[in-house]
Amino acid sequence: MLFSISWRNIWRNKVRSLVIIFSIALGIFAGVIASAFFKGMAIQRIQKVIKTELSYIQIHNPGFEQTSDFTNFIVNSEDITQKIKQIPNVSGVSRRMSVQSMAASAETASGVIISGVFPEQEATVTNISTKIIDGQYFEGIKRNPVVIGKKLAEKLNVKVRSKIVITIQDLDNNITSGAFRVAGIYSTDNNMFDEANIYVRFTDIQKLTGFPMNAAHEIAINISDNKELPVILPKVKEITNNDLDVKSWKELSPEMNYLTEAMDMYMYIFIVIILLALLFGIINTMLMVVMERTKEIGMLMAIGMNKMKVFGMIVLESVLLSLTGGVVGVLIGGLSAKYGETHPIDLSMWAQGYQALGYDAFVYTVLDPKMLINITVLVIITGIIAAIYPAYKALKNDPADALRIE
Amino acid sequence: MNVIEIKSLTKIYNGGEVKVKAVNGIDINFKEGEFTAVVGPSGSGKTTFLNMLGGLDRPTSGEVKIGGVDVWSLSSRQLIDFRMNNIGFVFQSYNLIPVLTAGENVEFIMQLQGKPKKEREKRTRELLEAVGIGDRIKSRPSKLSGGQQQRVAVARALASKPEFILADEPTANLDSSSTTSLLELMSQMNKKYNTTFIFATHDQRVMDKARRIITIEDGKILSDEYFDRD
Repeated sequence: MLFSISWRNIWRNKVRSLVIIFSIALGIFAGVIASAFFKGMAIQRIQKVIKTELSYIQIHNPGFEQTSDFTNFIVNSEDITQKIKQIPNVSGVSRRMSVQSMAASAETASGVIISGVFPEQEATVTNISTKIIDGQYFEGIKRNPVVIGKKLAEKLNVKVRSKIVITIQDLDNNITSGAFRVAGIYSTDNNMFDEANIYVRFTDIQKLTGFPMNAAHEIAINISDNKELPVILPKVKEITNNDLDVKSWKELSPEMNYLTEAMDMYMYIFIVIILLALLFGIINTMLMVVMERTKEIGMLMAIGMNKMKVFGMIVLESVLLSLTGGVVGVLIGGLSAKYGETHPIDLSMWAQGYQALGYDAFVYTVLDPKMLINITVLVIITGIIAAIYPAYKALKNDPADALRIE
Repeated sequence: MNVIEIKSLTKIYNGGEVKVKAVNGIDINFKEGEFTAVVGPSGSGKTTFLNMLGGLDRPTSGEVKIGGVDVWSLSSRQLIDFRMNNIGFVFQSYNLIPVLTAGENVEFIMQLQGKPKKEREKRTRELLEAVGIGDRIKSRPSKLSGGQQQRVAVARALASKPEFILADEPTANLDSSSTTSLLELMSQMNKKYNTTFIFATHDQRVMDKARRIITIEDGKILSDEYFDRD
């Protein structure tokens, strides 16, 4: 009956209760939407980095990461690649040569990282093949095609079919050069990446350097879902006998991994600030409630309601009041965030600024059910905290005095 | 048998420089089944007296024993439970819980006592029928007349099966026909359940029904008379 007393008490002053419920709902709605928006933004950013730059898992010779030396390669990379392909939920494996070199056009030169890839394999791992804005992905040029970024093309002042000369060191430490023709120009949202990375066929660069056919500097692995990562990672390590450096994107780019955690933390801080502001509104409402009902509370204590129960009744009323607003806010916020998962928020007005930072102009919200539960729990805690002082005031009532009030 | 035994009950209010003796050394006993009116002019100390009797207002000195228990030696926690189980209250302004129906108001105190649901519901129906508003069990107080509300209050006071019922000016807000029927009802309940009723009042109609009238003035008992009614 305590529950129904508390619940019905909320509706004794409908306008006052609705005002506070509305403000709680609005605050929570803002919190839910903002968190879904920023989480979506972070996840999109991470996805993009994984798809274009990192891939989910990379394997290197342990020496390669320290020195990026040409000779620190994985000897039996082809066998490893074949074995990894057999792991369930692995959607693509690409082995690459990765060499630092100089790319020169007729006008100027620029330092680049050359990835020697098998184009079909590479297309199953990274999405460079889908980012071509001019020419084609390794097609249209028969001999020594190269795919370069837009930024580099501008810097070297080259177009599709232009010739560029690549100068690298071979296995015997001799400087060697090769002439390549631009087959395609790609553009990601990351200018720095576009300027530094060019793609050639593995076989072309292999001929130029005398690199062993079965070797590679890097094996990049794509998987069907990030959730599979903890399952797949140990299997890959097993295949490499733990001799090689196997790293997930989280280790390859810790700042990306930290991005989601940081976003989550910022959102909780944001929501706690909202709740803190609401707290004072609820305290105010509950104080009014207790003042108005001094006589009633006195009567309840006179007929035998003990202090614990009176306290509980006021806390319950405060929690129910907060929770009503909170649930409305969570529901509307949750539904809006759900809608935003398929209907992106358009930020193209400010797109330039965002893209310079590597973010998309269209943000798909990401609804995190765990966040909704945590917010609901925080609302309940707020309701309890808000009730403490008013309930304490109520308990200080002397029933004999309270009953004298007319 | 004495339900209530009171010895040298005194209450002094400290009004700054002046000390007011609201109740000044009262000795008196109440027997089971009494129907007693405590009367006196405003400020005579009758409400203070009743509050001390009902475990609401702590006396400055003296003793109140209810069913052999020295009420004011109990801790405040024990006192609340004691009130719940031994004393029924009827107030001048009804003081029902506005958000509960008539039935729930009566049931509430039994729930506080921890009585099982079936027993609560049965007794609620019985009591509301006994006070003549069995058909209004689902009505909230705001939908009831003053007389009906006070009937619910009487039913609530009886619900906990108390040793006695304290009623502070129960008829003050009622018109004369409601007063007459409420008094008739309380008299019936007094006989039916043998529950002791103690009123504080200056309503002549209540005095006319009372079988014992205690007159208080300046915190002292002026007279204590018994009457034969019916």
